[in-house]
Amino acid sequence: MTTETQSKTDFSTDPNANKGMDFSTDAYLDMDLLRFLTCGSVDDGKSTLIGRLLYDSKSIFEDQLEAAESASLSRGDQRMDLALLTDGLRAEREQGITIDVAYRYFATPKRKFIIADCPGHVQYTRNMVTGASTANLALILIDARHGVIEQTRRHSFITSLLRIPHLVVCVNKMDLADWSQEKYDKIREDFEEFAARFEITDITFIPMSALTGDNVVNRSENMDWYQGPSLLHHLENVHIAGDRDMIDPRFPVQWVVRPQGDEHHDYRGYGGQIASGVFQVGDEVVALPSGMESKIKSIDIGGDPQQFATPPVSVSIQLEDDIDISRGDMLCRPNNQPTSGQDIDAMVVWMADTPMKVGKKYTIRHTSNEARCIIKNLNYQLDIETLHRIEDVEQLKLNEIGRIAIRTTKPLFFDPYRQCRVTGSFIIVDEQTNNTVGAAMIIGETN
Amino acid sequence: MTSATQQSGAHAHYKLTHLKALEAEAIHIMREVAAQFEKPALMFSGGKDSIVMVALAKKAFRPAKFPFPLLHIDTGHNFPEALAFRDKLVDEIGERLIVHKVQDLIDRGDAVEDPGPFPSRNRAQIPTLLDAIDKYQFDALFGGARRDEEKARAKERIFSFRDDFGQWDPKNQRPELWNLYNGRHRMGENIRVFPISNWTEMDVWQYIMLEEIEIPDLYFSHKRDVVERRGQLVPVGDAPFGPRDGEEIINRTVRFRTVGDMSCTAATDSPAANLEEIVGEVAAARASERGARMDDKTNEAAMEDRKKEGYF
Repeated sequence: MTTETQSKTDFSTDPNANKGMDFSTDAYLDMDLLRFLTCGSVDDGKSTLIGRLLYDSKSIFEDQLEAAESASLSRGDQRMDLALLTDGLRAEREQGITIDVAYRYFATPKRKFIIADCPGHVQYTRNMVTGASTANLALILIDARHGVIEQTRRHSFITSLLRIPHLVVCVNKMDLADWSQEKYDKIREDFEEFAARFEITDITFIPMSALTGDNVVNRSENMDWYQGPSLLHHLENVHIAGDRDMIDPRFPVQWVVRPQGDEHHDYRGYGGQIASGVFQVGDEVVALPSGMESKIKSIDIGGDPQQFATPPVSVSIQLEDDIDISRGDMLCRPNNQPTSGQDIDAMVVWMADTPMKVGKKYTIRHTSNEARCIIKNLNYQLDIETLHRIEDVEQLKLNEIGRIAIRTTKPLFFDPYRQCRVTGSFIIVDEQTNNTVGAAMIIGETN
Repeated sequence: MTSATQQSGAHAHYKLTHLKALEAEAIHIMREVAAQFEKPALMFSGGKDSIVMVALAKKAFRPAKFPFPLLHIDTGHNFPEALAFRDKLVDEIGERLIVHKVQDLIDRGDAVEDPGPFPSRNRAQIPTLLDAIDKYQFDALFGGARRDEEKARAKERIFSFRDDFGQWDPKNQRPELWNLYNGRHRMGENIRVFPISNWTEMDVWQYIMLEEIEIPDLYFSHKRDVVERRGQLVPVGDAPFGPRDGEEIINRTVRFRTVGDMSCTAATDSPAANLEEIVGEVAAARASERGARMDDKTNEAAMEDRKKEGYF
């Protein structure tokens, strides 16, 4: 099968490969972090693409290459299978499949990257959702010979559902499509047509060949009709600073820092990670659920004072007044507060073999808060292939997505997921097995 | 004082460097464990990753004390420099250290030394760790493992569940989404928590440099007696770490990229005598850090198998 050999590449013959990166110390200390998601299946060249990014950025070490090489040879492969670098579990290697998210790391002098490498098949939707939950950018691969297929639509939908702000559509295997602009344009049009239904604000299309390296790290000479950046150039330069919400201050209290000794006996810090917005010393804040107001006396990290704190930094905040605040409470601004409520409308991805049932009680974890809830209603299930709503359903099975209404035992302080991924998301936990069984994105309060 | 979290300039505070993002994530994870578990402990080996973990715990909990002790699973095969460093650090930070010794379990007959010509106490660490968990009833243990170290680790969760026997089941891991960690567990179950999962070796070195974190001298270039064994430079010391038949002791300028059990940690030729030089060396490195760990070379799934048995 041609696709099999395509995904096995011997990069060591490429004279341009692995020429190394020049890291100056200062540049490295000033780098930012981009978390991105790749999703795809065995045949679409994803492993080859990741292998090339890792190899060309010198993130694969010789001993790791040797290990993959000797494993390939012992299986009787002709060339090294790059998937062996990423498929970490014995079962994955034995079955030649990817069953779980693998995290990969590489850096260029401009940025550090974390790749959440996700399996592409529909039975691994929950794994993809897991990887997508922390990603700033998604890479979707399309085989130029096949164009937009069902899997493309499903992956794009999940990208949109999880609100990954940036999407890169890699039209791959252009070498097998005669480097044809016509074919690329057709795929682009097809994609834009169906993607119009999604709320994805930033989409970039790149024609490439992961196998030959065209437009992966270096601009392609085979496609002079394409004027855009190479993939790596785009990954290095895509503007992500604007992804952080600096407008709506939300600080879920996670842990109360209270020294026992005499030395710091008046220190009482509220530890937590800034969910969104900017907090500054002197700011007026309100604590939820009590509604008590105070001012920020100090912000510190391990005793090291800070004037400001922005998301997602973990800090300790002291207030001017001694008010009763504990884990699960939230600090925000008096004139900018989240919704406090017990009736919540949300999209949920079901992640367990045991289906979600209407009327059943679960525990949920939302920010630093924990509550119990009952599933009041399942409004509809969304067919992730056609995006049609299926009404009159009683339960959601593994990997199914639906819109639910829940009622919680106590008020939660939340925002719509579209506004804030941290205060707009929660997980559902089965009280018998303790497993995480659902991932939910809040739409708002139930009417 | 230089600090990853220090702000300077009117607008510099809006810039989020990767180290600051990683630091924030690690602090969040540590506080989450402190809040969700009754009896956590921080695994401390004296190696650089566990030293960084202590530095992060200070950021998470100071000016208060850590809400957990440090736990050292002592193989008895330590570099003397690493032990001295451990005791000095514990003294400085004023936290509680529990030392649980592999030798005690071997003496009791509850652990056995690996047979063969390359004895390592990696395997004997497993029952020792499980014994410590049982004795002190720990329900969560912080480890300094990173996903970039090894491909079984690349798939492990940050909150990694172990059953009553301390075993890891890679096919039955809980989904882990956003920054929401589900620590619910039954009696007898415990978790291993990896706050620096998303750090690379380079990140750790950069953080040590930026935060001016003290580490053992072993990491810096020095003269040392070594032998060449299976293509690696193995440090020689007092018995049982002396040279074997036919091996010649060479005095070389070396340093260690990783400091573990002395019987299975190889040195590398290196002139890097300070952090900046080490960072430069790491950037140019051609072999992974675990390449210096002979125990991972046994077979392709060595790490996965050890983890399933209860290894970190």
